[in-house]
Amino acid sequence: MKRSQVSAPRPVRARMSRQEKRKVLAFFLFISPWLIGYLLFTLGPIIANFVFSFCKYDVVSSPVFIGLDNYREMLGDKLFWQSLKVTGIYTLFFVPLSVAGSFLIAVLLNQKIPLLGLWRTIFYLPVVTSGVAVSLLWMWIFQPTYGLVNVLLHQLFSVQGPGWFFDEQWAIPATIIMGLWGAGSQMLVYLAGLQGIPTMYYEAAEIDGAGAFTRFFHITIPMMTPVIFYNLVVCMINSFQVFTPSFVITQGGPNYATYFYVLHLYNNGFKNYRFGYASALASVLFVLILLMTFLIFKWARGWVQGEDR
Amino acid sequence: MKLFSSKKNRQRLLTAICTVFVAGMSLLFLFPILWMLSTSLKTDGQVMIMPPKWIPDPVLWSNYPQALRFMSPRVFLNTLYIALFSVIAHLISCTLVAFGFARIKIRGSGFLFILVLSGFMLPYQVSLIPQFILFSRWKMVDTYWPLLLPALGGAPFLIFLARQFFQSIPKEMDESARIDGCGYFHIYSRIILPMSKPVLGIIAIQTFMNQWNDFMRPLIFLNTASRYTVSITLQNFRADYGMTPWNLLMAASLMCLLPCILLFFAAQKYFIQGIVVTGVKG
Repeated sequence: MKRSQVSAPRPVRARMSRQEKRKVLAFFLFISPWLIGYLLFTLGPIIANFVFSFCKYDVVSSPVFIGLDNYREMLGDKLFWQSLKVTGIYTLFFVPLSVAGSFLIAVLLNQKIPLLGLWRTIFYLPVVTSGVAVSLLWMWIFQPTYGLVNVLLHQLFSVQGPGWFFDEQWAIPATIIMGLWGAGSQMLVYLAGLQGIPTMYYEAAEIDGAGAFTRFFHITIPMMTPVIFYNLVVCMINSFQVFTPSFVITQGGPNYATYFYVLHLYNNGFKNYRFGYASALASVLFVLILLMTFLIFKWARGWVQGEDR
Repeated sequence: MKLFSSKKNRQRLLTAICTVFVAGMSLLFLFPILWMLSTSLKTDGQVMIMPPKWIPDPVLWSNYPQALRFMSPRVFLNTLYIALFSVIAHLISCTLVAFGFARIKIRGSGFLFILVLSGFMLPYQVSLIPQFILFSRWKMVDTYWPLLLPALGGAPFLIFLARQFFQSIPKEMDESARIDGCGYFHIYSRIILPMSKPVLGIIAIQTFMNQWNDFMRPLIFLNTASRYTVSITLQNFRADYGMTPWNLLMAASLMCLLPCILLFFAAQKYFIQGIVVTGVKG
């Protein structure tokens, strides 16, 4: 914009602005796939979702404005609170375990140990396998009588294992363990970050006589805080959206012990076809995730090093 | 204690402990897949034998053809079609958009890029119901369009990765091309794309795996059995049985995972290093 202040002869300015126009046009042509997709399949639907959340909208009838009724109904909906509780507890345990566990593995896989490629492959392999097949696999592993886990518990410790997915108390821990199996995706992000730490920091610390643990706590962790933060946010967002295991393995049971939030949303939207109420549920999920992200951002100010992310 | 006194020995001990720990952990991570493979080759009786054997005797390969009776090859072709279409769509759309953001600076492009990034913070579910209504208005429910059309717009994370990668390509490359009279599209197709194979690989693999394993969207948008994807068929296969035939179920599950596992091994080095090269740190 500085150019317009320079009193250039008119023809030159006209040519510049034509070039500018071409640039703007080119930019929008290049980003048009995203822009159209965003308006049509993301932004538009999100706005529509908020509108529908104030409506009574069943498949047969057209939407009728009912104000805050859907939200009021939510307050008295026991299953809504149950699904919120289940999702909250899952997030509370899964996110820290996953973020810390994958960090530990990444740090170990960044050492000079033999067969490094093999270990990395094994930890990453579960990530490429996901969805229904993996849910079925874990259903079989946690099968109470013939499943691998209980058989091993019996053989090694002669302990009678719990019913896992069939047991109200153990269904969520089983889901968490199943989720942790896929921690390899975070591990990869950590590995990328670890390899970006300049080796001279470690060399300098070693000259000063710092041991492995000092180096870990005073170089590795501080340098990795932005990556830890990134993984924390992504992991939290994902754990609010768990659906497949609860749908495939338990259908939300036993006694709603694995009744995840998105399952409640799905049941209302696509089983009972209550689009209005389901939209209200989706809006609350949206606000919750936004709020959690915001809180993590605020909290992160205290411990994330370097530039603000 | 003399053994640990020298620095070199201490370092060796530490490495040994690390290796043992990593090996143990990786065994834990590998067990489920091995258990799946083992179960898929057992007879009904062997599945229930206590204590279970890791190596089936006899090895029952016929579980696989039998599982295929429930998971018809057609289902695999359906899923393959959806996945490959999305891969091609993403390869084109993500790179076009990323090029725009990486190479053409105009006022407001920074803000628009923040909108792109916001895309991977937004829960997909919040747009699900309006999308469903939209696609039913367009009479596209029970076709593949609801699964394919959004792919034409690219995916936020992949656009982000591609932009990072394009920015690491020196600008001098375009400048010399521009002096030769090349337009933006020429620079994109002749200069940037040929240098971006790693990121193209990541886009292709990520898209393929996500679409292949996707469950919620096929569940919502498809109603006819002949159009189902592998996830839906697998879920129905389980639900149709009263008592679960774990050997057949594991054979079917393994077949569903196989394309992704093979793809991973084929592109493994490329893949794991690709992300590192691209650098997730923004």
